[in-house]
Amino acid sequence: MSFLKRSPWIVHYDGASCNGCDIEVLACLTPRYDVERFGVVNTGNPKHADILLITGYINEQSQPVVKAIYEQMPEPRVVVAVGICATSGGIFRECYNTKGGVDSTIPVDVYVPGCAARPESIIDGVVKAIAVLEEKHLAMKKARAAS
Amino acid sequence: MIPEQVIHDIEPAALRERTAAYRRDGWRLVQICSTTLDVFELSYSFTRDDRFEHLRLRLPLEGAQVDSITEEYFGAFAYENEIHDLFGIRFDGLKLDYLGNFFKTSVSKPFATSMCVVTGGKNNG
Amino acid sequence: MGERTVIPFGPQHPVLPEPIHIDLVVEDEHVVEAIPSFGFIHRGLEKLVEKKDFHEFTYVAERVCGICSYIHGMGYCQAVETVMNIQIPPRAKWLRTFWCELSRAHSHLLWAGLLADAFGFENLFMQCWRIRETVLDVIEETTGGRVIFGSAKIGGVRRDVDNDTLKRCAVKIASAAAEFEELKKVFRDDYSVKQRLCGIGMLSRDDAWTLGAVGPTLRGSGVRTDTRLEGYAAYNELKIEPIVETACDSYARCMVRMHEVTQSFDLIQEIAARTPEGPVFEKPSGYPNGEYFARLEQPRGEVIYYVKGNGTKNLSRFRVRTPTFANIPPLLHMLQGCELADVGLIVLTIDPCISCAER
Repeated sequence: MSFLKRSPWIVHYDGASCNGCDIEVLACLTPRYDVERFGVVNTGNPKHADILLITGYINEQSQPVVKAIYEQMPEPRVVVAVGICATSGGIFRECYNTKGGVDSTIPVDVYVPGCAARPESIIDGVVKAIAVLEEKHLAMKKARAAS
Repeated sequence: MIPEQVIHDIEPAALRERTAAYRRDGWRLVQICSTTLDVFELSYSFTRDDRFEHLRLRLPLEGAQVDSITEEYFGAFAYENEIHDLFGIRFDGLKLDYLGNFFKTSVSKPFATSMCVVTGGKNNG
Repeated sequence: MGERTVIPFGPQHPVLPEPIHIDLVVEDEHVVEAIPSFGFIHRGLEKLVEKKDFHEFTYVAERVCGICSYIHGMGYCQAVETVMNIQIPPRAKWLRTFWCELSRAHSHLLWAGLLADAFGFENLFMQCWRIRETVLDVIEETTGGRVIFGSAKIGGVRRDVDNDTLKRCAVKIASAAAEFEELKKVFRDDYSVKQRLCGIGMLSRDDAWTLGAVGPTLRGSGVRTDTRLEGYAAYNELKIEPIVETACDSYARCMVRMHEVTQSFDLIQEIAARTPEGPVFEKPSGYPNGEYFARLEQPRGEVIYYVKGNGTKNLSRFRVRTPTFANIPPLLHMLQGCELADVGLIVLTIDPCISCAER
């Protein structure tokens, strides 16, 4: 029986993006797309969250913040990189302040392409993330049973 | 009507005086912009009614410094701190000085040289 | 006289979709001083002009910020076109104006939603964003993108929109406008909205002017100004009356934006009816050589694009002074002496766009 299949909570952080993906993440919560029908709730507190949505690439100043948010999340946790900047740096890859995609700082489970990522693809990414979450949860359970 | 752009070339020493005159006449400070050529070119833009004017001054690339105009326009602190961090120009008498912590960049003074290509280590992948 | 405490606000904060950090020095519940720190999303994209040629850079300029994306791309094009002395075809001018006004409407609706969310009016937030989706549908139908349009180009626009589509879009916008009027009544008359906004975050006319405020922040403090009056793009053929409120508080700034949405919806109707026939693109030749400060009106206020070309395919300097950057000193002024609980709200009333401000 999977208790994680329903209602994953997400926390959203803007690494260093142009804002386009952020407003699309927010648009997912609003009546047209309404991810809340899947039980997805946007929370401001990383300690309550299962899924971390990161938009934008990582720079020197946002790196410790992203790490701190990630470490505060309880296990199992899943990271979704939203948009092409979060995936590889995108159009800003050649900028002097760019460290690279989100995976330069924390492990990423799901990549959502697009500039800006469309709400449909973000929802798709979150649904994929739920599957990963489920897997991680089972692996944890097994590990606990073995020990 | 898009207003004609008037650019006044001035000496750095005359900056405070000219700015104070704009302030007295009720102009609004629009922006401060720095450009790296073989010198630093600073442009201070002001607007009032349908007029749009710029003060232009030039500073050497090495050890550039100029008076701050935060006494006249306090809002200038944001532009001056930004230019300090990105170009390395020193502003004397800044009323709110971030001491180089306004923008934390991975390269120090990235705009101080023109046409520089940052390579190696900065972009991963 | 209480003890002074420093409360960090941000970078990750539920009221902020974007990271900004403010150290709030508080005495009891009153903010004595607010010190912001920046750089969380500093990309240094102005430096990219040295690596991308001036045509390509249009798309980088558009990504200064995802909310007013189109106006950034168009402002950059306008600056380069002036330097290169290109006259773009009239139809392109009108289409640009069309998209500008759509940007303004969607940005203000987005902001209104965030504001409602910040004072806990969840329902209003959802309603604002629901109407905004209709505007985004029109944007998608005419450009192909939802938030990044990618349709400005040096010399005109990238694709034409046929007149039937324009007419169809006008009908959609008219229905959104009718729904919006209902929503506006809530912002205007609702007791809880007024309780939360009236008298909060005062910014006097003089302070707004000397601290360099722009856009709705300046107009909410009673200054009659709007860069659209300069008549760039097709604005010289449209009648624009700046919307001014004199109460100088958060409510005034809110009402300025509300009326601007109505104004934008009206302009969109007019543009859809009056756009002339003709080509939409004039192929530019040569390289920009010279400098120009282009001034446009963004949803958040006056924005400046400075372009300096040196006769090669790379510009020697591109700079954008975004409205949020200009509104930061007035914001710090507003925060002094406010209640701690109002901080999030006051920060929102300047319509902060941090990725604009830090570039």
